[in-house]
Amino acid sequence: MTPVERPLSPHLQIYKWQLTSVLSITHRATGVALSFGTVFLVWFLAAAAWSDGAFALAQGFWSSWLGQLCLFGWSAALFYHLLNGIRHLAWDIGLGFELKTVYRSGWAVVIGSLLLTLVAWIVGLHLRGQL
Amino acid sequence: MSRLSVHHWRNQRLTALVLIPLTLWFVISMFVHMGDSRAQIAAWLSRPVEGLLMAALVLAVLYHMALGVRVVIEDYVADDGRRARAVTAVNVAGFALAIIALAALAAIGFGG
Repeated sequence: MTPVERPLSPHLQIYKWQLTSVLSITHRATGVALSFGTVFLVWFLAAAAWSDGAFALAQGFWSSWLGQLCLFGWSAALFYHLLNGIRHLAWDIGLGFELKTVYRSGWAVVIGSLLLTLVAWIVGLHLRGQL
Repeated sequence: MSRLSVHHWRNQRLTALVLIPLTLWFVISMFVHMGDSRAQIAAWLSRPVEGLLMAALVLAVLYHMALGVRVVIEDYVADDGRRARAVTAVNVAGFALAIIALAALAAIGFGG
């Protein structure tokens, strides 16, 4: 096998579980999940451009319980990926590398993304008069 | 590391930076426009600033996605051929989605 020209991530099976590695894997998992969400966003835009029937079909999916569940999951993934992405950008400029800070910012990301998801849905549903 | 990898690494961060404000705008917009009719969505995205913000968001997201998923594929797909095909498939999908999204936004913007 030809090696990829950059350091690869450690093998998951032999790596001890800890907050830092779980958050790192979650960053990737939410990124992949959001990729599928992007397909649905493009579907939504295309449906809005295409026809009333296509738009009704997309709207029907979003309003269904499955659609709402997907939206909830994607919003949680988006908030997590956003906050943890900012954490990664801070590391890229050399900030927050001390082990204590890494754990503290990690927990801040977990709690922050949960809070943002809840607040967004409570405010969103309230604005629509459903809560 | 090859120069291409460095280029990808930098662009992954640049798109990430651009996506911080765009994501906040997107989340707020989605909650504001949840349940809108097709005419309301069209009116919203026909406004130049909103249409351009959505185009910028979709392009930045798709590029960020292609770069990110590529890294995941490189880490976990050991076979050379399969790895190369998977990366190509993601790039083609991202490109196709970008064209569809831009065409849709243009149709909404000019079609009214």
